[in-house]
Amino acid sequence: MPIIDALLNDFFWRALIGGFGVALVAGPLGCFVVWRRMAYFGDTLAHSALLGITLSFLISVPMNIGVITTCVLLSVVLVLFQRSRALATDTLLGILAHSALAIGLVALSFMPDIRFDLTGLLFGDLLAMSRTDLLWIYGGAAFILALLTLFWRGLLMSTIHEELARVEGIPVERLRLVLMLMFSIVIAVAMKIVGVLLITALLIIPAATARRLAGNPEHMVALAIGFGCLAVTGGLSMSWFLDTPAGPSVVVTAFCTFLLVYGGARKAPA
Amino acid sequence: MNDALATLSQLTVAFDRRVVVDRVDLTIRRGDIITVIGPNGAGKTTLIKAILGIQKATEGAIDLQPSLTIGYVPQHLTLEHTLPLSVRKFMLLSGQTLSACREALAKTDVDHLLDASVHHLSGGEKQRLLLARALARRPDLLVLDEPAQGVDINGQAALYDLIRNLRDELNCGVLMVSHDLHLVMAATDKVICLNQHICCSGYPADISHDPAFIETFGRPVAESLAVYHHHHNHSHDLHGDVVSQDHQHSGQGSCDHAHH
Repeated sequence: MPIIDALLNDFFWRALIGGFGVALVAGPLGCFVVWRRMAYFGDTLAHSALLGITLSFLISVPMNIGVITTCVLLSVVLVLFQRSRALATDTLLGILAHSALAIGLVALSFMPDIRFDLTGLLFGDLLAMSRTDLLWIYGGAAFILALLTLFWRGLLMSTIHEELARVEGIPVERLRLVLMLMFSIVIAVAMKIVGVLLITALLIIPAATARRLAGNPEHMVALAIGFGCLAVTGGLSMSWFLDTPAGPSVVVTAFCTFLLVYGGARKAPA
Repeated sequence: MNDALATLSQLTVAFDRRVVVDRVDLTIRRGDIITVIGPNGAGKTTLIKAILGIQKATEGAIDLQPSLTIGYVPQHLTLEHTLPLSVRKFMLLSGQTLSACREALAKTDVDHLLDASVHHLSGGEKQRLLLARALARRPDLLVLDEPAQGVDINGQAALYDLIRNLRDELNCGVLMVSHDLHLVMAATDKVICLNQHICCSGYPADISHDPAFIETFGRPVAESLAVYHHHHNHSHDLHGDVVSQDHQHSGQGSCDHAHH
């Protein structure tokens, strides 16, 4: 179709369409981050993405694969460490988050022959969105949405009360891994738009904004998707017209919406 | 016929070699109301979690009747405030139909709260909601971990009454952990006094005379319980001892464990 083709030929529209795809999954996953207090965990995974990128260059696999694999491995390591209870979770996350970022940056400096837009990776790049990226985003989004639909009751129930869920026969541990897999995918695909350092913001801010207006979990997810799309539209437009970095612009827009909603709505519905 | 819902034999749970539940034998039958009491750290919650399958047994066995449905009422429902949740939604997440959920809510007298937010319920209402949630699954065995925590005194008595009535109505087994000794004594059929191992067990009126019980809880508590029962049970003899009726003292009697 010529219209779609024209759209996809345009940097701005490509980025915007990609951004909507990211918002579509960042909404529900962001809600889980907020509900399960996993903000720091999300940060840790996102920071390890850089390491994943470096590794994918080293063994020449697609960048997304490298990022997803690194994130999944890191989350498994985290779960194992957490079980041993040697350190408090936030200490552990702090160690892993910054170590992963640092190792990624150090490893990157050993590869001078690879021309690399580090700022783009860290803060997102509007112009970097290719048609392949769009495929990755929508493929990943479809996969995540399928998983979410399939496991919705179990995921929600184990978030509300883990032991109750366990007694009712919900495979809590397995679902935790599924959730981590989904986070890893969303980080890999959202990286292009907002950059490694700001992914957590795109997850949390729309979800937190939605909380103010939502009366039940599904409602909150729908609103979070809406606010995510709004942030992407506003942020990318800002980036396009004012030549600001894409990721920060998206986050600034999300933050403004957050302030408006929390300033405007007097009282949260329960 | 073997009507045992759950049979524990020599159940032992240890954390890092520290034994928390020590060789517990227990049989729960349909229609039983068994209450586990004991001092803090006695392993009450661990025992319950082992039966629920949340906590692995270190040694010993737990035999559950095949296709046993357990209704679990946790200590409290601590909800993350960021998660909006209505009573209706919470009930439906049990996977049961709306009519089954409403019926369960009606049984615990909170059906008028169907569209309320779970965040706005009082402590007593939350416990009743949790109970309804467990009932919606039509349990054979109801397991409650300190069901009356955060509920005021009147509410506690009503809650235990409700549990009794539900047992009669559903003919399920009930196993609960409790701190509220007085109420437990009134509402329960059999008391298990746990202090890692089972110190003593038996009918409430008998157990308050048990030396092991007195040693675990102290004489004042035991005496106050004995008095309490004196007022509410009319089958005592002149010495204040209970006249055995159809049930006999099933306590293990002595306790070979040195309490501090």
